[in-house]
Amino acid sequence: MSLLITGARVIDPNGERRVDVRVDGAIVSDVADRLDPVDADEVIDAAGLVLAPGFVDLHVHLREPGREEAETIETGSRAAALGGFTAVVAMPNTDPTQDSVEVVDFVRRQGERAGLCEVLPSGSITIGRAGERLTPFAELAAAGVKIFTDDGNGVQDPLLMRRALEYADGLGITLAQHCEVERLTAGAVMHEGSCCSRLGLPGWPSIAEELMLHRDIELVRLTGVGMHFLHLSTAKSVELVRVAKADGLPITAEATPHHFSLTDERLATYDALYKVNPPLRTPDDLAAIRSGLADGTIDAIATDHAPHAPETKEQPLDQAPPGMLGLETALGVSLASLDMGLVDVIAALSWKPAAIAGVGDRHGRPIEPGEPANLTIFDPDQVWEVVPARLASKSRNTPYVGMPLRGRVLHTIFHGAPVVRDGVALR
Amino acid sequence: MTPALKNPSRSLLDVEDLGGDGIIRILDLADHMAEVNRRPNPKVPALRGKTVCSVFFEDSTRTRLSFETAAKRLSADTMTFAVSQSSLNKGESLRDTIETIAAMGVDAFVVRHGSSGAPHLIDAWTQASVINAGDGWHAHPTQALLDAYTVRSALGRTGGLDGLRMAIVGDVKHSRVARSTVAAMRMLGVHVTVVAPRTLLPPDAGDSFADAVTDRLDDVLADLDVLYLLRMQQERTNEALVPSLREYTTRFGLTPERAARLSPQTLIMHPGPMNRGVEIAVDPTDLPGAVITQQVTNGIAVRMAVLFDLLGSGNTAPGAETADISSDTSSDTSREGGSQ
Repeated sequence: MSLLITGARVIDPNGERRVDVRVDGAIVSDVADRLDPVDADEVIDAAGLVLAPGFVDLHVHLREPGREEAETIETGSRAAALGGFTAVVAMPNTDPTQDSVEVVDFVRRQGERAGLCEVLPSGSITIGRAGERLTPFAELAAAGVKIFTDDGNGVQDPLLMRRALEYADGLGITLAQHCEVERLTAGAVMHEGSCCSRLGLPGWPSIAEELMLHRDIELVRLTGVGMHFLHLSTAKSVELVRVAKADGLPITAEATPHHFSLTDERLATYDALYKVNPPLRTPDDLAAIRSGLADGTIDAIATDHAPHAPETKEQPLDQAPPGMLGLETALGVSLASLDMGLVDVIAALSWKPAAIAGVGDRHGRPIEPGEPANLTIFDPDQVWEVVPARLASKSRNTPYVGMPLRGRVLHTIFHGAPVVRDGVALR
Repeated sequence: MTPALKNPSRSLLDVEDLGGDGIIRILDLADHMAEVNRRPNPKVPALRGKTVCSVFFEDSTRTRLSFETAAKRLSADTMTFAVSQSSLNKGESLRDTIETIAAMGVDAFVVRHGSSGAPHLIDAWTQASVINAGDGWHAHPTQALLDAYTVRSALGRTGGLDGLRMAIVGDVKHSRVARSTVAAMRMLGVHVTVVAPRTLLPPDAGDSFADAVTDRLDDVLADLDVLYLLRMQQERTNEALVPSLREYTTRFGLTPERAARLSPQTLIMHPGPMNRGVEIAVDPTDLPGAVITQQVTNGIAVRMAVLFDLLGSGNTAPGAETADISSDTSSDTSREGGSQ
């Protein structure tokens, strides 16, 4: 099949230009000022639209296996494709945990069956994410796992974390940490600050994140083994990463759209929709996350897409699970909230996370002849509002209802084939 | 979870929602209710035909009895739904529980829940009035109202409480009583000092929370109109919040030595139940200013006032209110079981 994309404003690692792009099979076959549409099976008129390499989400919870009432790999993949993502890293906190070759193979196969984006299973660092024994890193790496994390929990034991880093050395994998010293967050449901004091809710202090981040930065310094840090949420965390990077340490970091767009004041209605881990923080923290993204301290925007069935969120805050949807709104929230150039936003959504996920050979590529055709086309100026009932995700826990979003994905091309056309998933 | 379109004044979730004038309105109404309670037959037909359901997800005998007594004295029908949270977790959700009870025809829910904010959620799910009878660490508005009423009536005041000085001592961090009572007192013009170690203060307990914060009870003791003692729980020693109850008593307890330094006019209050020997190491009956029993008694009048304010037919016309509660139920004695 031959696909022609005309008049697009291409933004990729090589910069920005206005060209026509032809895709044959799964490969970009031709890029030129003007290409003849005569022999194309399908033409996408992309005049006024941005054509970019597909986005890569380092952090999604697809809930399968184990919580299929909240999301399946198919519904989550559809949400990803609608959000412009061509690859997503599936977090390991499934049931059973992604701590064996059997489970990660299952997740990958379910992703292939859905065929909407590439689902990259992560592996857990410890068996059952229990924080006690390491998973078989090499076996899992041989099965294609690139990212290892106990996300949902941080690895509390500093000895185990040191051993994990040392053992990972040379395996071609990246350990990713959810930074949270759990002794400091027992029972916590929101950011510890004046808002939680007023609401009478147990607070999640910023230092619980910063202490583990600092510990792990020092372990990276000690071992020389790189790490990725998930969902930074505090101003001090951004500063710690900035200083560590200036020291030349091999670390990367991500931030979620909700941590740069929503504050802890959202919890004032006691609506568990806004309960998330790490919690929504203060305007100062939001500003620090934004500037960390702008100056490259934070490498990637990752959604931490966390579907939950409605009945679980219709509970008092201390009983409801943490997490919010993110895949279908990531671009719109980013362009609405960040004061960054389009190229930098796309870098943080596409080629920078692609490199961290170890899929830089096939995602986040320049749009040039011979490159894999994993692409997204979006209108950077369209202002829209999310309608929960129209989400492709099986769950409805989006926190963005009523917030004007800017930038809407119209077409997503995966392995050379459109999987989203005009904002509608084709499968 | 879109809140239902309901007049917010039909529920009482936070004492802050009333504002100073709203609090004074309730206290004035409570004066009428106290008069009713002094009658030989302390019952009026004001809420006849209304149904009040107590939904207690956390044990509380005194608050539940106080509300039920208040409802009965206004001739409302009462129902009680007591459930431990563990049994709720086994099956029906909170929302289904509330909607099921609401379907039986309830005009008001009186809700006690261990989770902060649970009454706010319930309020969004039902058209009935919701009265917060204590939620987590968050709020206990009727306690705040009965505290304010107790101070006002003990000092023979009308209107607000301008110029009074109060200290509230103890575990403010985990106390819904402290949050609501401090807010109510400040709205009425009281200068409130919070006395606690840092570990028992909410994070960021600054000016927005109280007028002053100190960990030295002895510094403020001599100059108080009201000394309010909070309950100190044994569990707090397990969480390294205080080293021991003995040390707590030494620093923050009302010991005989401290009691001797109080002005005889200083009111001494406690929300109950008291830990004798911990926060109060003297016999309160020996203290001329102790109004702890009056707090309990006043709780009924204040809760009658709240119920009537929310459910009474003439709740916007004070004249109608007093008319409605002035008549007694003597004509109903045959239906009520007869006089003997």
